[in-house]
Amino acid sequence: MKLDRYSIAIRLILLAGLIAPRAGIAQQSPGSYRPVTDERLKAPEPENWLFYRGTYDGWGYSPLEQINSENVQFLAPVWAFSTGVNGGHEAVPIVNDGVMFVTTPGNQVIAIDARSGDLMWLYLHELAEDVIAYHYTNRGVALYGDKVFMATLDAKVVALDATTGEVVWDTSVADNTAGYYMTLAPLTARGKVMVGVSGGELGIRGFVVALDTETGEEVWRTHTVPAPGEPGNETWPGDSWRTGGAAVWLTGHYDPDLGLTYWGTGNPGPWMGDARPGDNLYTNSVIALDVETGELVGHHQYHWNGSWDWDEVSTPLLIDIERGGRTFPALVHPGRNGYLWLLERSPDAISFVDAWPYVRQDVFTSIDPVTGRPTYDEQKKPGIGFRAAFCPSLWGGKDWPPAAYNPGTELLYIPVNENLCGAILGREIEYEPGRSFTGAETQMTVRPGADHIGELQAWNINKGEEVWTREFESHNWGPLLTTAGNLVFMGGTTDRNFRAFDARTGDPLWEHRTNSGVIGVPSTYMIDGIQYIAVQSGWGVDAASMTGRINRDRGTETFVPEGGVIWVFALQR
Amino acid sequence: MAETRAIPDGMGYEKSDGRSLVTEVTGSEAIPAMNRRTAVKAVVGLGLASALTDCTPASQTPAGGIPGPSPAQGSRSEPEPEAALSVEEHEHPAEGDVLLFAFGTRKGEVVTTADVPLGGPQVFVYAGDADGAHSASTSRLDQIILVRLDPTSLTEETAVRSAEGIVAYSAVCTHEGCDVSDWSTESRRLICPCHDSEFDPTDNGQVTEGPARRRLAALPLKIVDGRLTVAGGFTGRVGFRSP
Repeated sequence: MKLDRYSIAIRLILLAGLIAPRAGIAQQSPGSYRPVTDERLKAPEPENWLFYRGTYDGWGYSPLEQINSENVQFLAPVWAFSTGVNGGHEAVPIVNDGVMFVTTPGNQVIAIDARSGDLMWLYLHELAEDVIAYHYTNRGVALYGDKVFMATLDAKVVALDATTGEVVWDTSVADNTAGYYMTLAPLTARGKVMVGVSGGELGIRGFVVALDTETGEEVWRTHTVPAPGEPGNETWPGDSWRTGGAAVWLTGHYDPDLGLTYWGTGNPGPWMGDARPGDNLYTNSVIALDVETGELVGHHQYHWNGSWDWDEVSTPLLIDIERGGRTFPALVHPGRNGYLWLLERSPDAISFVDAWPYVRQDVFTSIDPVTGRPTYDEQKKPGIGFRAAFCPSLWGGKDWPPAAYNPGTELLYIPVNENLCGAILGREIEYEPGRSFTGAETQMTVRPGADHIGELQAWNINKGEEVWTREFESHNWGPLLTTAGNLVFMGGTTDRNFRAFDARTGDPLWEHRTNSGVIGVPSTYMIDGIQYIAVQSGWGVDAASMTGRINRDRGTETFVPEGGVIWVFALQR
Repeated sequence: MAETRAIPDGMGYEKSDGRSLVTEVTGSEAIPAMNRRTAVKAVVGLGLASALTDCTPASQTPAGGIPGPSPAQGSRSEPEPEAALSVEEHEHPAEGDVLLFAFGTRKGEVVTTADVPLGGPQVFVYAGDADGAHSASTSRLDQIILVRLDPTSLTEETAVRSAEGIVAYSAVCTHEGCDVSDWSTESRRLICPCHDSEFDPTDNGQVTEGPARRRLAALPLKIVDGRLTVAGGFTGRVGFRSP
């Protein structure tokens, strides 16, 4: 049989000279692109948004304050750009000196004049028609030097020339036909571009790999499931480590002083714990990897022998915490398992400090006060042939949409789903490369009598206090941006709104109804004295799955139209 | 104590002055710029089609099919004759084909009616030559799922295509192309694990829930000399990404 290969090798370059460049771009004409250095990444200029969460500590915070809680009601669209594709648009608009880089589902990179909305170049990665990707999305590029990096669904890292979009190098890091794919925005530091792999539902063995930014050659690779002879392999029976999962599908954070990168890891595979008795290190953990060598120098496992699909892939935020009169460098993680985790980071370890639930969670019966290891209600732990119901649902209290921290308000903001529970029935499953390896039939239910599902929570982490909470009837898949303008931005609901909230009080201050649901990571930047807010709207991936599950459970018919648009807002003049 | 206030969906709160916040979109120069075909060095494939059709008719679109591992290197200036936007159809299973296990310990073996469990779950197969030789395909896009159901539960249209209660559909989710690999024992629906699109095997593969907009293509079956056999080509389009 003949397989059609869609022609996807697409690059569209509108040469600067032919496009009648507007003023903003003229200042950034090809050749004058300002290279992204370690120094810039360590201390990004307020007017730029140089990578996934804006800063290495993962705060999703901008010091810009032109748009603030006093004037945000005058925020209005200044330009929009259709991406031409459907599906979940999760990528952050990344901006370097007036040039915006955005990725879309299908591994397209679009470079745009961030002020005018003029297209500069467009790159579309060639994907086989039968590419295996259970989450057909991408969360953004990374920048380093004069290059733009994208991790692709067919498990490659592509380096593009930032001014032309031409491919400089293209390195395959794993075999897509065996279920490896990538959706995360890479992390760049110290001349390396670092990525992790998706595929925890397909029997992969997870890893983080660092490539040389100049050549694409592999510098180091650290597996998240240890092989025989490596510490932690004893937590896996037999050969189960080979298909143990521990995917890494969100961008790591980086502590330049310690020289350590931090990454969250996903589920063990297959999903049922009794298929692989043991703790299954380093699944559902945060791991610390030396940026130069990849050496694993510390870890903390949030929950052992996972059986609930609670991927703990979100990377903790790096925040200094004050507790009991002591200030220490912390890792703060709103877990998919419904607990908010406080850990301490040090040169050679990650140590447990405290944890408490931020949504209704009925699986953990206790947490060891020293190690943080939870004990489980065994009736709430699904297994092979054993159906167990539990809360929160398999999507957890918070799935991938990133939390944010504002040093002005000293509050941590969490996009939450509450009042969802689930059930899983496990079954035996044989590993087949590239095939679903969950061995689970899943259900999701809304708690009877629930008056809302989505929440935006604000926490004082030093005190362990929930300061305010906003509730939404809809489920919430909104990544967060917070600014010195006393604002928190978030979409994430099925009504297609993108909203701004008062960061201190949670009061809703502004909303704009977009084309689709907003599950993109927002960013902000400034050009010639004007601050902009950018976000993609394009509902899909698991947010869409949850819509269907809620419709099924409640008999509702909520419909969120698909289609991707980049939106850019500024104050009306 | 946390402060709490619900925002109802789709209602929210009114703008303080009630006026629209949509202003004129600036940057309109981008549109004439896009029309300058000379400026488009190389164009278009799958995802981009809709982005560019406003200014570039599909029939004139230069093919973007650039082979090799680094597709975007060296953008093309010469259009290729075949339009990149036309989708070549997969070779369909033909009448008289038998069905072969797609994977597992019996991969490549001929599937009998007894191999398809009543009430599900689905069995993944490929169509193969009547002599039992495996088809050449290794693409999951050519996969077929078989489900066996109570014949009285099938709609008339589906019953006509079934054989001893066994119905066959393309295994490719019409939403984003994942394998339709999950099964709900309770609702007897085929479910795609990627986005929970749900299809009714008793009724022509119709979408019953989730983001998919188009039904699964059905494959008619018959019994020939006691053997489960394909009775004709797919009824409906195989593949994904179009409503």
